[in-house]
Amino acid sequence: MIALSRREALAAGAVVLGLVRVVRVRAGGAAAAIAIDNFAFTPASLTVPAGTKVTWTNHDDIPHTATSADPPQLFHSGPLDTDDSFSFTFDKPGTYTYFCALHPHMQGTVVVT
Amino acid sequence: MNDPKTRRAALECMIWAGAGVVWTVAGGVPRASLLGSAEAAEASFSFVQISDSHIGFAKDPNMDTPGTLAEAINQIRALPQKPALLLQTGDVSHLSKPGQFDIAEKIIGTAGLDAHFVPGEHDVLVDEARPFVARFQAREKQGGADGGYYSFDQHGVHFIGLNNVTDLKAGGLGNLGAAQLAWLQKDLAGRPASQPIVVFAHVPLWTVYADWGWGTDDGAQALALLRRFGSVTVLNGHIHQVMQKIEGTVAFHTARSTAFPQPAPGTAPSPGPMKVEPGRLRTVLGTTEVRVVAGRAPLAIIDTPLAG
Repeated sequence: MIALSRREALAAGAVVLGLVRVVRVRAGGAAAAIAIDNFAFTPASLTVPAGTKVTWTNHDDIPHTATSADPPQLFHSGPLDTDDSFSFTFDKPGTYTYFCALHPHMQGTVVVT
Repeated sequence: MNDPKTRRAALECMIWAGAGVVWTVAGGVPRASLLGSAEAAEASFSFVQISDSHIGFAKDPNMDTPGTLAEAINQIRALPQKPALLLQTGDVSHLSKPGQFDIAEKIIGTAGLDAHFVPGEHDVLVDEARPFVARFQAREKQGGADGGYYSFDQHGVHFIGLNNVTDLKAGGLGNLGAAQLAWLQKDLAGRPASQPIVVFAHVPLWTVYADWGWGTDDGAQALALLRRFGSVTVLNGHIHQVMQKIEGTVAFHTARSTAFPQPAPGTAPSPGPMKVEPGRLRTVLGTTEVRVVAGRAPLAIIDTPLAG
């Protein structure tokens, strides 16, 4: 086993964490953002604590929506043109899938803890 | 009357009298069928298709979508043979706003043709398909309440307008739905297989490129109902470029947009508006003319760009 200095071990740990795609909001954070770019939601999966206000912003030059997929429909942004935003506050824990009503192959998830 | 000179003279006389002649070839032997003038009118007619005008879009590469739509209509008005009707295959507006519908309706009205519309996904963003149906399908006999789909007959051809942009499911493609498919089955029942069918809908009914949503989840079910017919032409829009495919007796064809082009499948990170060099925009926008001649399948489809 290669001996690592404390600094090297911390750096290696950071690299490992960087590979994890799920974005976590620090506990106590009240807001989070999802970008819409190139017909995709980024991050595709977002984990937030209950009570977080999530804001979607469309950076594409084509309109998109953020529409909850599971019935009953919890939220629907309506058409978001370029630079338009829509916010929704997730109060209850759970996993919420959503999609773009114009381009249904675009999908995302918000996991509320 | 077997003397070639006499037969030819008789044919020429009938042509001068306004009768039409249709030549068909069977077993390698050409046969001429003589038609009365009424039948000649039935035998040959044309119609046009425009698509994806996206009124309300004003970004690179097109800051003037009403202007390019007007140019498309002018191109249609200049056709040597006046079309019998106009089909608009959806995305009339960019954001389903009443003002955008107003502008499109006014410009398309200047064609002076009976126009038949089906919605695109950009047309059903507010209150689903209801405003679009009320404005653009008021003359049609609706297949289902608020359904946005209908059919009609003209010049012996059966036209079917389908709606595959409402009730879209997450992760899915275009969608016809069970009610519309049931109506389609009833609508086609009892029709002779020899009747030419023209189906028009926004999203392609065959899978052009699933990753970009360019297809219809239950399109195959509609095509199964159409396969028994000898001549089926499926006209779509949505992908803003010409693409065609023939499968047995079914000819698929997509039209250019009058607003902006989109990239060929998989050639860009996403299917958004494709920027073009200044001056080239009109070469990638256009209109489509379809010519129908009785007894001839498939229909002749001619795409003409706005320029070049």
